[in-house]
Amino acid sequence: MASTPPASITERLDAINEFDREPVSEDALQGPGNFIGLYAGEHVAGTEFVIGPLFVAHGVAAGDLFLGLLVGNLLAVLSWAFICAPIATRTRLNLYWKLRKIAGPNLLFVYNLVNAAMFCFLAGSMISVAATAVGIPFDMTMPGLDDFYPNSVGWVVTVLLVGSVVTVLAILGFEKIAYFSKIAAPWMFLVFVACGVAVLPQLGVTSLGDFWTVANEKIWTGEPLSGRIRFTFWHVMFFAWFANMAMHIGMADMTILRYAKKWHYGFASAFGMYLGHYIAWVASGILVALALQNASEVAPGPIAYLGAGVAGLVAVLLAGWTTANPTIYRAGLAMQTITPNWKRWKMTLAVGMITTMAALFPALMMRLLDFVALYGLLLMPMGAVIFADFWLLPKLGLRQDYAEWKQLLFSLPAALAWLLTLGACLLLNLVWDVEIFFLGLPGWFIATGLYVALSVAQQRRVPVPQSSTPTTDFLSEEIT
Amino acid sequence: MKTALKLASFLGLSLTVVPAFLVFAGTITWTTHATLMALGAVLWFVTAPFWMPHDAPV
Repeated sequence: MASTPPASITERLDAINEFDREPVSEDALQGPGNFIGLYAGEHVAGTEFVIGPLFVAHGVAAGDLFLGLLVGNLLAVLSWAFICAPIATRTRLNLYWKLRKIAGPNLLFVYNLVNAAMFCFLAGSMISVAATAVGIPFDMTMPGLDDFYPNSVGWVVTVLLVGSVVTVLAILGFEKIAYFSKIAAPWMFLVFVACGVAVLPQLGVTSLGDFWTVANEKIWTGEPLSGRIRFTFWHVMFFAWFANMAMHIGMADMTILRYAKKWHYGFASAFGMYLGHYIAWVASGILVALALQNASEVAPGPIAYLGAGVAGLVAVLLAGWTTANPTIYRAGLAMQTITPNWKRWKMTLAVGMITTMAALFPALMMRLLDFVALYGLLLMPMGAVIFADFWLLPKLGLRQDYAEWKQLLFSLPAALAWLLTLGACLLLNLVWDVEIFFLGLPGWFIATGLYVALSVAQQRRVPVPQSSTPTTDFLSEEIT
Repeated sequence: MKTALKLASFLGLSLTVVPAFLVFAGTITWTTHATLMALGAVLWFVTAPFWMPHDAPV
């Protein structure tokens, strides 16, 4: 039997994304309700059971937490609305195709690999979260906040079990689980609220007037746990802003917002931020404060049980599972470019195994704040490249989508902007001790500046005709 | 039929969140709240799939 010659990387990537090649058509555009539901569901997830407690562990003060979350989440919403959505609604393309035009297919391949690796680790932390719920009936020794390696045979067995089930279900049907996730979302948000409210009397809050005193004295005390740096208003604000850096200024949500009728549907992200990244983080922080007061275990499963009993355990399990499932699926899609002849199920199985191995290390869950910051930082520069290519290059008389026009496989300005930005961020971290939570902002400006400067150098060498891509004034009109 | 299912779902969500406020007010015990939340979860997941739309356009 004759064998098919191996396809190039470009052909493999394009085959996977073939369906999304064309801009979204007019009749496929969606109203604001879809985006409100989508953002509200996506940001009330398993990670929320970990992030709220980690703020408590880092000794943030109550005032800093409430104000930092208010401002940081507002900045995140503005980033979606003013940076990601306008480009998404003008191009109607997903991140893959837009980046392919700018960066060339070979650089996009590298980006996909980095993205897939990050997805694997993210899904791994979610499997860890789910395992803390499954282990409770079996009296499993829970990992502590400072555990790096697996701490018991029970933990290893539970993670392997949960990881296997999640992987098999991801293989059997992504769409059904995505639908189940949609059903679970409103219930899960209410579980967070209920958990937080129900345990307040055990912390000494018997009336609304008591809350602020107890919040300062027993929950967000300003005193970090041993081995943790103290978080200030700025840590909270920047973390809230950049928790989804890859999605807004990193432009990954072009994939979603390209379906929006209007650019201002980007403001729908407020429902995800203020329900998930405000109320749910506050609620899970309250839960861990009770666990610390009782000297009991602080893992997501045990603290949810403190708040809601069996329903809390189910919520942790579902939150971890429904977040891990699409993440494994996305990682599988990105990885498929390496092994094009593998069936989708085989690729999902391989990704599930890598993810489960990562989940064995509780550090992934207990150091989630650092990991989330790193994840966003690694991918953000390419979002800045898209921003600069779309808005700034035409103003300078340069051509947009240069790699596509010149039929380049690899855009040097985009690659150097990416690498040099990460190098500059590393330098800021190592030499000037700028913590990882604060690197996104200077990093974005560095990436934008580098890409513009390098594009000038590239395109001025050989004069090129003006771009034929239509661009309008900022926020004034949309190409629909 | 769909209206009845929606009402049951709404009851499920109510059982999930309202008891927590009753615990806070000192009206019911934590154990009763946990039981009602479990009941609410069952009610929600049994009824919601029958009326929540399947389409996931984006």
